[in-house]
Formats: sequence, C-alpha cells, structure tokens
Amino acid sequence: MAQAPALAQGFELPLEPRLPRIGSIDQVAVEARAAELGKRSIKKDAKLFALELAIRCMDLTTLEGADTPGKVAALCSKAVRPDPTDANVPSVAAVCVYPNLVPTAVERLRGTGVKVASVATAFPSGQSPLEAKLEETRWVVEHGADEVDMVIDRGAFLSGRYAKVYDEIVRVKEACGDAHLKVILETGELGTYDNVRRASLLAMAAGADFIKTSTGKLSSAATLPVALVMLEAIRDVHDETGRIVGFKPAGGIRASKQAVQHLVLVHETVGPEWLTPDLYRLGASSLLNDVLMQIRKERTGAYRSPDEFTID
Amino acid sequence: MTRLPIRKTYKLFIGGAFPRSESGRTYEAEGQNVARASRKDARDAVKAARAAFPKWAGMTAYNRGQILYRLAEMLENRRHDVARSCTGENEVERAIDRVVWYAGWTDKLAQVVGGSNPVAGPYFNFTVPEPTGVVAIVAPPEPPLLGLVSRLAPVLAGGNTAVAVASETHPLAAIELAEAVATSDVPGGVVNILTGYPSELAPWLAAHMDVNALDVPSADAELERAAAENVKRVHRAKPDVQSPYEIGAFLELKTVWHPIGV
Amino acid sequence: MTELERTRAGAPAPTDWTYAPAPEARDIVQLRERYGHYVGGEWLEPQETYTTISPADESPLAEIGQATPAEVDGAVGAAREAFANGWSELPGSERAKYLFRIARVLQERSREFAVLESLNGGKPIKESRDVDLPLAAAHFFYYAGWADKLEYAFPNRQPKPVGVAGQIIPWNFPLLMLAWKIAPALACGNTVVLKPAETTPLTALLFCDVLRQVELPPGVVNIVTGDGRTGAAIVDHDGVDKVAFTGSTEVGKAIQRQLAGTGKKLTLELGGKAANVIFDDAALDQAVEGIVNGIYFNQGHVCCAGSRLLVQESIAEPLIAKLKRRLQTLRVGEPLDKNTDVGAINSRMQLDKITELVAAGRDEGAEIYQPPCRLPEKGYWFAPTVFTNVAQSYRIAQEEIFGPVLSVLTFRTPDEAVEKANNTMYGLSAGVWTEKGSRILWMAERLRAGVVWANTYNRFDPSSPFGGYKESGFGREGGRHGLEPYLALE
Repeated sequence: MAQAPALAQGFELPLEPRLPRIGSIDQVAVEARAAELGKRSIKKDAKLFALELAIRCMDLTTLEGADTPGKVAALCSKAVRPDPTDANVPSVAAVCVYPNLVPTAVERLRGTGVKVASVATAFPSGQSPLEAKLEETRWVVEHGADEVDMVIDRGAFLSGRYAKVYDEIVRVKEACGDAHLKVILETGELGTYDNVRRASLLAMAAGADFIKTSTGKLSSAATLPVALVMLEAIRDVHDETGRIVGFKPAGGIRASKQAVQHLVLVHETVGPEWLTPDLYRLGASSLLNDVLMQIRKERTGAYRSPDEFTID
Repeated sequence: MTRLPIRKTYKLFIGGAFPRSESGRTYEAEGQNVARASRKDARDAVKAARAAFPKWAGMTAYNRGQILYRLAEMLENRRHDVARSCTGENEVERAIDRVVWYAGWTDKLAQVVGGSNPVAGPYFNFTVPEPTGVVAIVAPPEPPLLGLVSRLAPVLAGGNTAVAVASETHPLAAIELAEAVATSDVPGGVVNILTGYPSELAPWLAAHMDVNALDVPSADAELERAAAENVKRVHRAKPDVQSPYEIGAFLELKTVWHPIGV
Repeated sequence: MTELERTRAGAPAPTDWTYAPAPEARDIVQLRERYGHYVGGEWLEPQETYTTISPADESPLAEIGQATPAEVDGAVGAAREAFANGWSELPGSERAKYLFRIARVLQERSREFAVLESLNGGKPIKESRDVDLPLAAAHFFYYAGWADKLEYAFPNRQPKPVGVAGQIIPWNFPLLMLAWKIAPALACGNTVVLKPAETTPLTALLFCDVLRQVELPPGVVNIVTGDGRTGAAIVDHDGVDKVAFTGSTEVGKAIQRQLAGTGKKLTLELGGKAANVIFDDAALDQAVEGIVNGIYFNQGHVCCAGSRLLVQESIAEPLIAKLKRRLQTLRVGEPLDKNTDVGAINSRMQLDKITELVAAGRDEGAEIYQPPCRLPEKGYWFAPTVFTNVAQSYRIAQEEIFGPVLSVLTFRTPDEAVEKANNTMYGLSAGVWTEKGSRILWMAERLRAGVVWANTYNRFDPSSPFGGYKESGFGREGGRHGLEPYLALE
C-alpha cells in the first residue's frame, strides 16, 4: 500500500487551532490603518514618555564592513551615556554589532547593564550552509553575546521550502543556549504582507524570542504597515497559545516622529505590556541623536541644532 | 540714462530642467537665439519622459486634473508675457481655457470611454482606458501657443508623458509654456519641449523604439513608415479641435474578465 | 518558561502611556453673534431666530434665522431671477470657472471649515479635516469639469437646466452634503435655494463667504436656515422646479406625498440599515477595521453605515473577540481633539432615539457590550455599542438607529447571507468581506443595494454614483449619473 511521505520534520499542519489562522492581509486596508495610527498626535508629557522609552528600547547599531574596535568602543560609550550633559537620559537597551566586534563590545559594556547583541547566520544574506551559520552562532555566544539576531533563509522561503526555514531557526535557537534569539524576516524581500504574516508565524512557531523586520541593509525596511502586520501576528500567537514574543523594527527609522509612531502601533495593537525593552527594541543608529534633540526641545521650548549632540 | 534690461536666454525644457542643446547649437527665431535641439537632446527627452511615466500615470485622475488646472493658473498669471510671445491676449485666453477644459476630463473619461460589458456568461467584464506611454508631438507651425497646447493637453490629460517639438519659426511661446509647466507641480519629465528644426528632429522621434505614439500636424509618409517599426499609434491632428476623442487617441483599452460565483 | 518570560516576571510594570490632549486651535474660526439668510448675494435680517449649539458641551454658538414662508419666497424669487437673467445662458466653460474657484477656496480655507464643522456638529476633527473637507472640495472640482461637457454625458440629448433647485440637507455631513447638492446643480446651469439642517447651519453660512470671494453672481445660490417648517415651505413653493432631499425615510415619504401630481422633479437620499457581510476567508484584522469604520465613523450618523454585522458562523467567535478588543482603543471625546476617534452625538433628540433603541435591544434579549469609556458630563455622548445574539426581527436589526450601535447576526452560507442582507425595507449600501474575487462579484450581483463595498467600507468619491434602492430613496449623486437629476434631457 502506498504511503504518503511523512511531513518534513518539525513542521506541523495547523489542523487544530494551535497556531492562529495563517489568513490573508488586505494591503489597502492595512496601509490605511497604519497611516491612521501614524496620525495620532502625541504631545508634551506623552511625547517625553515616548522619547525616553525609545531610548530605553534602542539597540544602538553599527554593521559596516569598515567597523573597527575603535569605532565600536566609541559607540559603546554613547550607548551607556547618550547625553553626557544630562544624567537623566537613560542608557540604551543594547549595542548591536558584527561577530568580530563582539569581544570589544563585551569588554566595554561589562557592568553597565547594556546588552551585547550580535548578528549571525551569514548576515545579511543568509546564503550560507547551515553548519557555518550554527558555528558562527556558537562562537558569538561563547564570546559573550547576550542576544543573537539571525536572518531567515529568504531563498528557501520564497521557493516554498518552509520546513528548511523552520528547521534552521530551531537549530540556531538551540545553539543560542541562554542568549535570546531575534529572527530577522527581511520583510523588504518577502513581497507581500501575506508573506510577512506567514514568516512571522513560522518564526514564532520555531522558537523566536523576538521577530525583527529587517537587516537595515535594504532601502525598504521597517514601514508602519509591516510593523502592524507583525504585531498582529504576535498578538494572535499570544491569544491562541499564551506565548509572549517580542518585536523589533529596524531599518529606516531615523526620525523621532517615526519612533513615536511605531510606539503608538505597539500601544494600540498588542498593548502597553509590550512597551518595555524586554519585549520591544528599536534597531537604529542615527535615531538616537534625533531623539536627544527632541527631548531637549521639549524641555527647553526651543528648536535645537544637531551640533549640540556627540557623534560617536 | 535708460536702464539696460537683462535679456532672457531661451533653452530647452527636458526632465523639468532647462538645459542648452548638447550640441551647443542655436538658431535665430523671432529676433532671439533659440536652442537648436539635436537628436541626442531628443533621445534624452524621451528618456526623461519614460522615467516620468509611471509616476504620472500612477497618480489619481483627480490629482492630474488639479495639476493641469494649476498649469492654467500659472499661464493666467503670466498672460501678458505669454501674449507677447504669440499672436496676443486672445490666443493666450483660448489656450488657458483649453487647458482648463482638458483638466476637467481626467476624472470623467473612464465613465464615457470605458464601462462594464454585458458578456454572455457568468463573468464580470469591464473595460478601462489607460495611457499609452510616451507620446512624441510635432506641434503645428501655428498658432505658436494654442497649436502646441491643443496637442499637449489631451496627451497629458490621458496620463501620458510627452516630448514636443515646437514651431520652428515661432518657438518662444513654447518656452513660455515650459516655464509655466515648470512652476505648476507637473513632475519633471512629464512634459519635455524641444526647440529647433522639426525636419531634423521628427524623424528621430518617429523612429524611436521607446516612443509609443506620434502626433503630427499633417500626413507624412516618411514619418509614418518609420513609426511602423514598433507599431506606434499615429495621430494626424486637425487644427484647433477640442474633444475627448483627442485624449482617446492616446489611450489603450484594457478589458478584464472575472468569474461570478460563490 | 523562556529566558524572556523569566526576566519579564521581574521587570517593573511599564507606566501607562496616556496621550496628552491635542486640541486643534479653535480661534481660526470667527463666528458672528447672529446670522441672517443669504439671498440674492446679500445678508437679510431674519424675522425669527433660534440658537445653534456645540453638541460637545451644549454651549451656544450663534443666533440663526428661522426662515418663514415669506422669507423662503424671497429666496426662491432671487433664484428665479438669477436663472432667468444670465446664469442659464452663461457658457458652461464660464460656469465651470466659478466652480473651480469654489473648489480652490475650500482647499485654501479647509482648516477653518473643518474646525467649524466639528464645533457645530460634533464629529471628530480628524474626520472633518481628512474626509469631509477634501471630499467637498473634490466634489466641486469634479462637477466643474462637467459644466461644459454635458453633451458628452448623455448621448443624443440636448441637456438643459431644470431651473430652480430646492435642496434640503442633513446634519451628519453638513458641508459635504452641501457640496453634493450645489456642485452638480450649478454645473448644469440651475440656481439653488438650499436649507442646511437645523442643528448644523454654520458651515453652510460660512460657505456664503466663499461665494463672496469667488464673486458668484447674486441669486445663483441662496441659503436659508430653519427647521422642518422652512423645508416644507421650500418643497411647496411653485417657483421650485426640482427638489433634492437627503434625510430620514419618514420625511422623504412626506415630501414625496407632498409633491404628488405637481410634476416637480424629485430625488431622495434616505435612511439605511446596511449589512456588512464577513465571510470566513476574509482578511480578518482588516475586516474588523472595516466594521469599526462602518458603524463608528461619524458616530454612526451615516445613512450608509454598516449597522448590521452579518458574520459567517464559522468565524463568528474569533471575529467578535477581535472586534470587542478593538473597541477598547476607540477614543471617545472632545471633537476638536486630534486623537478623538468618536465624537459627540449631534443633538439631544438623536441621543434620546439611540438610548430608546438600545434599551429596546436589551429588552428584546440581545447581549450588549460597550468598552469602558469616560464620557464627559455635559454634551451628548454615547459609548460605542455592540449587540450580539440579535434576531432578525428585533427592532435593533430592523430600524435605523443612526448612532454608534452595531447589531451582530450570523449566517451559514452565501445564500443565507444574501437573504438576510436583503431582508429590509432599506437598500442603500452593503459591505462584503472575502478574499475570493468571484464571491465578491456574486454577492454584488445579488445584494439589493445602491452601493456595494467589497473589502472596504464608507468610501466616497465625486466620480462614484451614490444612492439607494427601495426605501433608501431614488436618484444618484456623484459621477456622470449625478448630473441627470439636474437636467431636462430633451
């Protein structure tokens, strides 16, 4: 008697509602809803709350071929004390670097409370054999990284090999040990919001602690509609299974206004419980100075100059 | 002592900017040195028109209508200058009114030219008009302003982008028009205006494989033969006509089917 | 427990993030203490007046004329004279220019009008700013373009204006409804006597200042204010050739009776009880937004509101759960606050009607849900409401509530959805949510409604014809078809 081939290991059909319905996303409606939320007018105390939260949730990032220990050391100082003239400004959540710079970051951030996040798994393309990706993951964890930001294999995803994508996440999660895992979907390459939702659900099913929008290496990155779709997926997984997964938009968030809009999205979709660095991170580099500028403007009442803030 | 005025330099209008001809040539018309566009300028203009097409065609019809109305506002504002460059105030007024007339068509044409078709089967079937793409216009030699506007406005109203060759003997009005275009929210590259010798430029445009349609003021077997190379839509414009079918000449019609079922 | 869940247990609770008030500045509007009637290009002292208020706090805004039959007669006379002396002979291209001017001025003064609309009517500034004003300007722009192209709109006909149009508009979209009435009327060469709703006269009166700015010939547009009595006087007047009414079905029927045998042209845009139909393959989160937009937009004061949710039973539970959760982020409050999603109920009368019907819903056995909201003490307010376990025969499923109240019913198959959706005396609009294209078209074919929204709701455009089947009225506004009521097609 012929037998149907067994499903690829680790990938179950959602016949029972253990995973939320995959479902469809209507592009026009989701973009309109994100735009509506983006129009919320956040002023005065509410704005200061958001700006301060944005800093506390920030993963200050440098991911360049030209990164050196010197560059990373300077970034770490900025991460711990973003505004040397104002002790009230909190430290950021983490610094995010390439594997080779992990030892420098760990050294500089020891005892400060700021975490070290490292990209891994052949970031940003993900086009390497699994063994190499796992080796890289183990290496950064051994050398002190608290958090790992991995990329999914988009080539596999777009050619329908979902089991491979799933499997890789499971294996990387294992290799992380105690380090927490963020899974980057690289939404700019996925083509549709439907795919963003599918990839989100898949990553969460495979054990992601956080799902993240982008590598920051593509021009199209963390737009509000994409963030909305991912937050709705996180909310659905929480509703149906109780699992709590965090969210990190990254790429293209340069202005405070955008950061505040992103926070509004979280507030009105998954709820205020997610407004904490344990569950929410903003991947950014130049954003920090813009937030510092806005905070100072709110406090003093005058528009500021970029010259007033250090570039590290 | 009378004050010496600053004289204007008349240049081409390509991609929203005013460059000189890449050939460096000029010719004298209406007492001015006017740029004499070369085939390379024509090539650049087509490139700019092609690049501008997706954005212009992708705007809502309402938006395009508003922009064309703004062009009328800008022309009205400069009517005295523009009148000096053509036959006078009357011609300018007629040109402005023609722009306004076509501006009002952008969001209505689909209702007159398109519609749903009652096919014999459980299918929803509808026809929509779409712009054809880049249109090359050889302006009628006169009137200097109204002639060009009469050809340009319907092309733009339909969502196309244009490369127009101005009247050879009276090109100044075309440049005045270009200046009004440049100040009226028309995206760069949607309208491109070349001054020079149509006899030199038209054949290159007629043969250009990335131009979708050709608008000429009279029959010209040579040009029409060249146009056949990529099956351009060729339109021979009657003078001083104003009609939605002038827009229609540069529209494609797309018909879509979809089953109706539970 | 993951590492994350462990650390979370110890993390301090986040401070609740309350959005600070974000009021739109009110001082952009300059109100007069007293307004008369705008007739023949002049302001006439009114014989009688009443007070118009802000429904958000019941504060008085201005004294408004209550037009008597004699004053109505004056207005119609001015319209007749303007029609006979020039307006109807003006070339279409020149009429068009006046309408283009009006469109441009509305765009320029958009903020001023939006604030006034929210102040007088109660709707959120977000809506008057982003929906009412842009659509009103667009409506004038669209019909401006038809004024000199009428011969293309009706093949083989010589379109001529009808004469004087008497127009009576409602309080839910005061300025937008004014645009829907005046723009096509003028484009076709008619002159107008328009009466705004009793509770929302101010934007119509401010509009008279626009008419001054564009230098519209006197008498082409005349605006008289007042309640139903003024409306009746307009309908009755022999000098009015055509009546256009938007409002309740009850009053619409009365007008139709009043005009019986007179030969006057009539268009009616009346009430509705639209079904918003959600299939189990709908894009769920977007469908929830569509439901919310369908019934809570403009506090549900919308004739085409999706006031009946027909949800496929297989998806009902998760959908209703999502809906209830979504209601919790709706912000009810001060209309001029930029973050307000749901504003004030327009009048005491309307609030009483909503309250009565909601009580009936409870009495009949439906289950009510209202998200917690703090409603202000003064003013007219009603919390967004959802009724589940609703039967087709309940009053809340049959009667138009015209408030932020949704009634939820279920269905099993598409046939049943069609049956239930059409089982009403109304027929203005309907919504269909499914990812399947053929089903959208199948449903659209069968729904007896003048407007069908698929995977969206409450979308309006000047080029898109709007109007109802059955007791929701007859005639269409918008698009090429919107010209017809204002033309005699020989």
